[in-house]
Amino acid sequence: MAAKAGKFFTNHPAVRKLIILIAIFVLVQVLIWTDIISAYLQVTLMTICINIILAVSLNLITGFTGQFSLGHAGFMSIGAYACALITMRMPTILGFLLGILAAIILSGIVGMVVGLPTLRLRGDYLAIATLGFSEIIRIIFVNLEITNGAAGLSNIPQFVNWPWIFFFTAGTVLLINNFLKSTHGRACISIREDEIASETMGVAATRYKVTAFIVGSCFAGMAGALYASYFYVIKPDYFGFLKSIDILIIVVFGGLGSISGSILAAVVLAVISTLLQSFADIRMVLYALLLIIIMIFRPQGLMGSKEITMDLFRKFSKGLSLNKKKERV
Amino acid sequence: MEQFLQQLINGLSLGSTYALIALGYTMVYGIIKLINFAHCDIYMIGAYVGFYCLTLLNLGFVPSLLIAMAICTALGVAIEKIAYKPLRNSPRIAVLITAIGVSLFLEYGMVALVGAGVQSYPEMTGFIATKINLGDITISMMQVVIVGVSVLLMILLQFIVKKTKMGKAMRAVSLDADAARLMGINVDATISFTFMLGSAFAGAAGVMVGMLYKSIRPLMGYLPGIKAFVAAVFGGIGSIPGAMIGGYFIGLVEVMVSGYVNSLYKDAVVFAILILILIIKPTGLMGRAEREKV
Repeated sequence: MAAKAGKFFTNHPAVRKLIILIAIFVLVQVLIWTDIISAYLQVTLMTICINIILAVSLNLITGFTGQFSLGHAGFMSIGAYACALITMRMPTILGFLLGILAAIILSGIVGMVVGLPTLRLRGDYLAIATLGFSEIIRIIFVNLEITNGAAGLSNIPQFVNWPWIFFFTAGTVLLINNFLKSTHGRACISIREDEIASETMGVAATRYKVTAFIVGSCFAGMAGALYASYFYVIKPDYFGFLKSIDILIIVVFGGLGSISGSILAAVVLAVISTLLQSFADIRMVLYALLLIIIMIFRPQGLMGSKEITMDLFRKFSKGLSLNKKKERV
Repeated sequence: MEQFLQQLINGLSLGSTYALIALGYTMVYGIIKLINFAHCDIYMIGAYVGFYCLTLLNLGFVPSLLIAMAICTALGVAIEKIAYKPLRNSPRIAVLITAIGVSLFLEYGMVALVGAGVQSYPEMTGFIATKINLGDITISMMQVVIVGVSVLLMILLQFIVKKTKMGKAMRAVSLDADAARLMGINVDATISFTFMLGSAFAGAAGVMVGMLYKSIRPLMGYLPGIKAFVAAVFGGIGSIPGAMIGGYFIGLVEVMVSGYVNSLYKDAVVFAILILILIIKPTGLMGRAEREKV
């Protein structure tokens, strides 16, 4: 009986996911304790995690719902400023959590304000409108007094460490993954495939587009809050057009409509960028060249719209054991 | 009143350069539906070519302008052939990312070559440096030349598009590329020609902006590029007269806002106009509304 119960637990997908997540968490934590992941590498690790949150949330909007947004950094900046302003006045863990909550709510509200009128637009027009909005948000931050203008905020209390960022990153991936598997997620995907057809089938296209946009902006705001709290300095310029493009590059490079692709791309691009550090002068030139070459030879991105799943590993291991059997014969 | 007239003149010269850049955006978008992010960097390259012609080669204004236009034309065609043509049948977002890649490549290639700092254009001498005083208003000959050259180029463009065979091919391809190919039009050549025209105009704008504002740097293209794009959207993207009107409108608005309201908000106002236009009339002033086909 006990064995049966044990088998049920290890076979249950949720339990397996949890075991993998705990394993990753413990592994990295041990590496940090033993100083194999040095302070310098930790910065890269945090950047990767924040980029994963940003890329997965933009993938929900662009990859799964098919709405092309060029303003993701704008929502990130709202979250960053919200969290920074709250934790600077309330430098406790409670303040930090309140800051994150405020970041999520505020960027969600702005996402709704931006999304409701602009999501009626299609394709490139939406991209331009979101680009315009994120620029306006940036200019407002440059000119407001409370955000300290172009110099930005500094000495933001640092709360984010590996456990926190892992908790939020894994949470984001799990939540968005589950959202996509729900009725709402399927409705979003149907809009990407064919908006007119899905409307004919009774999907309220505008409502789902706005929902996906708001959910995406909420997570972008959260990523911004984590960024502010880890790097303790934020400037409006950091959240400009280039940052939005950076996030979009991760999403397209990983594959539009692939969560695991976004995660993989965030890691790969961070590794490339770290390796290029030794060519500091021409780093961006090489990065740009690499981007062009990758797009010419693999326009669908690393993963296309496929996912890395447990089944894939099982098939792989089955294939290996089959090969062994063959060898025996 | 004097201030208004002065701002009007400044706005017209600024608007001319926006209009020239916007034409490139609108033509390329009209023909292959691509927001060519590299366009604003061709404008930057134009400014640098003009700078080196004026300083190293000691050439005058007209030869520098022509050389900058020629080099930008070659650059535009090369970019189209190398980076965009292999992706003709790929998803549009992949082409867009490639365009961003090209843009970053040009910007940071230039930073690696000449450094990220500002370089200043030489003081112009002779006829072009003269100033005309009408009461309290000062018009520099430079501004007159900029508006004049821009208007001349736009008339030339109208002539090419409306009266020549290549222009007819351009209009046909932007209407329906497949049908144009069936009619025996060389679509690839037409697309290259469009890039040539757009890049030449951006190059001219680059030299003239360098002369007007005196300072150039490798990342100078980004903001004028986005504003020119806003101008193209305002006029109706894909429409050539629309881009001209849009360019002048955006130039005037920007100058008026910094003159009468607050120069800090001039960029925000431009983007607010963009969003208003997109919400009220997404096809812009002169754009065609496309019927959706099922």
